[in-house]
Amino acid sequence: MAILNILVFPDPVLKQASEPVTEFDAEFKQFIADLDETRLDAPGCVGIAAPQVGRFQRVALVDVSANPKHKSNGYMVLVNPEIIEWEGYKKGREGCLSVPDYTGNVMRATSIVIEAQDADGVMQRYECEGFEARAVQHEIDHLDGLLFLDRLVSRRNDLFERKVYKK
Amino acid sequence: MAKWFMLTLVGEDRPGIVAKLTHALFEAGCNLGEASMMRLGGNFTMMLMVGFDGKSKTLSDVVTPVSESLNLHLHVDEINAALHTHLEPDVRISVYGADRTGIVSEVTGALAESGLHILDLESDVAGSKDSPIYVMHIEGHAAEGIDSLRAALSLMKDRGIETSLEEIDTLIG
Ligand SMILES: [Zn+2]
Repeated sequence: MAILNILVFPDPVLKQASEPVTEFDAEFKQFIADLDETRLDAPGCVGIAAPQVGRFQRVALVDVSANPKHKSNGYMVLVNPEIIEWEGYKKGREGCLSVPDYTGNVMRATSIVIEAQDADGVMQRYECEGFEARAVQHEIDHLDGLLFLDRLVSRRNDLFERKVYKK
Repeated sequence: MAKWFMLTLVGEDRPGIVAKLTHALFEAGCNLGEASMMRLGGNFTMMLMVGFDGKSKTLSDVVTPVSESLNLHLHVDEINAALHTHLEPDVRISVYGADRTGIVSEVTGALAESGLHILDLESDVAGSKDSPIYVMHIEGHAAEGIDSLRAALSLMKDRGIETSLEEIDTLIG
């Protein structure tokens, strides 16, 4: 087990897209274990993506279950994840291990359905809502070379944003 | 290490204020920190942290030609400050109602007694000239928890003030 070094912006590699995972071998599983140990080492961190530690593969880990208030699928290993359905939009505050000492407001879908392979390469399907859905979208963005800084919205003029109904 | 100064500038809004001011600061070797700038009632207001290796008077002399040419009031204070000392808000409160005197004082008074530390407040007067509405948006830290703030806000409805409170759950990922 090892705690990996987290890359921080302005390191330009954080802006690069990652490649799909094709090998689900022992080395890959060890990497996932190390990645989660790295996440757990950061206080309050609910998700981490492989490119944040300099491995440019489409792997993200999300676990929002530490706070029982959040509806949660528990610990999710998301390999080659795809969002296949999304609904609703809401603003929420985000920060990032790769962007220390800054938080900002970002619009995210409030509920999503994702398909991803697990650590063994088996396809899984998850329905995520609220905080967990936000975390998944934040991490998948990392796989596409996007930071929450790319999606900041103004903190002003959002009094009536709370209820947005989809047609 | 450079000292931090707080620069406050206010004056009639016109295009190019920020560019001209920051150019003068850049030429003088100043470093910009946190800043808040916005247009309020046709005036442009700026508050900015400026790192500068010199005296307050010297910094004033750098800025004065620009502020005078743009007709801005200038105020310079040396401050005891540092970057990277953000306090994270954990609650967001929105308030609106028919505009009348005393709304801000009533709401913020009740919230302060219930443990709210305001980190950011913005307000506006909307509606029409004949029936203005007051809109306020606060982010802060609930030192005594969210429930005491909810209780304080629940008393506002009878006074014609609509409020809503939302916890800010900052995601780190
Ligand atoms: Zn992140």
